[in-house]
Amino acid sequence: MRQQAAIAAKVFIQRDYTNGTVCQFQTKFPSELETRIDKQQFEETVRTLNNLYAEAEKLGSQSYIEGCMACLTAYTIFLCMETHYEKVLKKIAKYIQEQNEKIYAPRGLLLTDPIERGLRVIEVTIFEDRSLTR
Amino acid sequence: MKNCEYQQIDPRALAVSPASAESDAGKRAQRPRRKWEVFPGKNRFFFDGRLILAGQSGVLPLTLGLIVVTCGLFFAFDCPFLVEHLTVFIPVIGGVLFLFVILSLLRTSFTDPGILPRATPDEAADIEKQIDTSGSSTYRPPPRTKEVLINQQVVKLKYCFTCKTFRPPRTSHCSLCDNCVERFDHHCPWVGNCVGKRNYRFFYSFIVSLSFLTSFIFGCVITHITLRSQSGQSLIQAIQESPLVICFFSIWSILGLSGFHTYLVASNLTTNEDIKGSWSSKRASEESGNPYSYNSIITNCCVTLCGPMPPSLIDRRGLLPLDETLPVASTSEIELPPFVAKNDAHMCTQSTKDALERAVHELCPPGSPKTTPLGLEVCSRAAPSPEPSAAAGCSRQQALQPMAASCPPFSRSNKRDSLHSTNPAFRLAFPSPSLSRATFIIGNATDVGFLPLP
Repeated sequence: MRQQAAIAAKVFIQRDYTNGTVCQFQTKFPSELETRIDKQQFEETVRTLNNLYAEAEKLGSQSYIEGCMACLTAYTIFLCMETHYEKVLKKIAKYIQEQNEKIYAPRGLLLTDPIERGLRVIEVTIFEDRSLTR
Repeated sequence: MKNCEYQQIDPRALAVSPASAESDAGKRAQRPRRKWEVFPGKNRFFFDGRLILAGQSGVLPLTLGLIVVTCGLFFAFDCPFLVEHLTVFIPVIGGVLFLFVILSLLRTSFTDPGILPRATPDEAADIEKQIDTSGSSTYRPPPRTKEVLINQQVVKLKYCFTCKTFRPPRTSHCSLCDNCVERFDHHCPWVGNCVGKRNYRFFYSFIVSLSFLTSFIFGCVITHITLRSQSGQSLIQAIQESPLVICFFSIWSILGLSGFHTYLVASNLTTNEDIKGSWSSKRASEESGNPYSYNSIITNCCVTLCGPMPPSLIDRRGLLPLDETLPVASTSEIELPPFVAKNDAHMCTQSTKDALERAVHELCPPGSPKTTPLGLEVCSRAAPSPEPSAAAGCSRQQALQPMAASCPPFSRSNKRDSLHSTNPAFRLAFPSPSLSRATFIIGNATDVGFLPLP
């Protein structure tokens, strides 16, 4: 029987705008997580996410070709084809799920996919530490 | 016996709280709702959330009507003549352009412009904690801004009170749609939607293709009229039958708008930034250049028009979990009004008191007795005093006039308080005898009597 764990706190990792409007998150380690997870581990997760978002928004030949094709077909091509950005978002969702299963859930933490929060924050939910009571 | 919709509650579900068990039963009787149905902004949704339009759709039907009517007239009256005398490609080109214009217009109108969803209550609470609220004694809270460094340039991020979040750079809150929109350009009534990050390229292709279409039709019509008048037919009749008039008036504005937006695209600016002059070179030094520009026209164009297509952040068709009540709006509304109301009322009284205090300090030169034996409410009306000492007094009387205007409401409302008031704002002392003669009491303080000051 699954018991619902109580939520102790929520930590929000805000966006980092030093490079403009591209989607990047701050890699600063929040103090609330100090007791729960290794700093290196957490920063690695955030850095990987930042790299994935940078890949999604990369201005390269592929994105230009996609843009031009879309323009020529009066943007009807988006009805049948998935954009590069959407493909990378799926990759990100999979990565977050993996991280949650392997690293964060055993420590009583949960990462929420930023797309569910409008790409504003990475929400880290801290659950009550039940290991002490068992 | 008919199938009963009610199904037996699964006993295992009872391990969870009873509230959710009720909602489980309710779930089966009620269809799950989609997120667009509880969207807090002023937007309209069609086809079960697939299409989005602004609440005030403006003159979109008019735009569509004008385009369709103009092209209809063109195809009906000019094309037959021109196909005969020139080439068959004319209606083909016209048709292609017309199709492109309509598709771009519909794409612009019905696409999410880049709306930022509002902050969840947890997020909002977290941000509120981080903001310094030490200025609670002042009557107006300072505007909440956060400064960030973007490409070595300081940019101020404003806090949006409606969406309860710090707006990302280049984001603006549209008051017509009541949403924060990313890379906000403007709210276009012709298109019936905001123009922002996600639909700017559609908007641009709409106005450019519309310029080509109107120029093309205009050119064809002129050709038609010229050819007809050469072959001796009535000029007036030809003009009446053509869509010339509509084209003629619209072509200049559309060409102008296309030119303006081409300039914006080339310099990676938005209409909003251009109008406000955020990165204008007139200001200060070269440091206030556009931090988002790539300093190359081609790169700027490619980025704006052919860059990757960002996804919609509002997830219109997502299903709502049924145990959630209406989101942010309700809780935030409860928080906000007391804060706002208290501050507004406080602000009003405080600012008036400040004004009165300032006036008092102006009137009383230092060293003069500031208080009267009784706490009198004395308001003076600026009577033209002939005394020469009123040279200084005149300026004081002028200072008194705005005060007199604001005084009576106060005196009436604070009748009882004023008689025993110890508030210096309500006590005026006039050391010079000339002015004291000119004073009289407004309101109901007559029973207290007037004490002439020495």
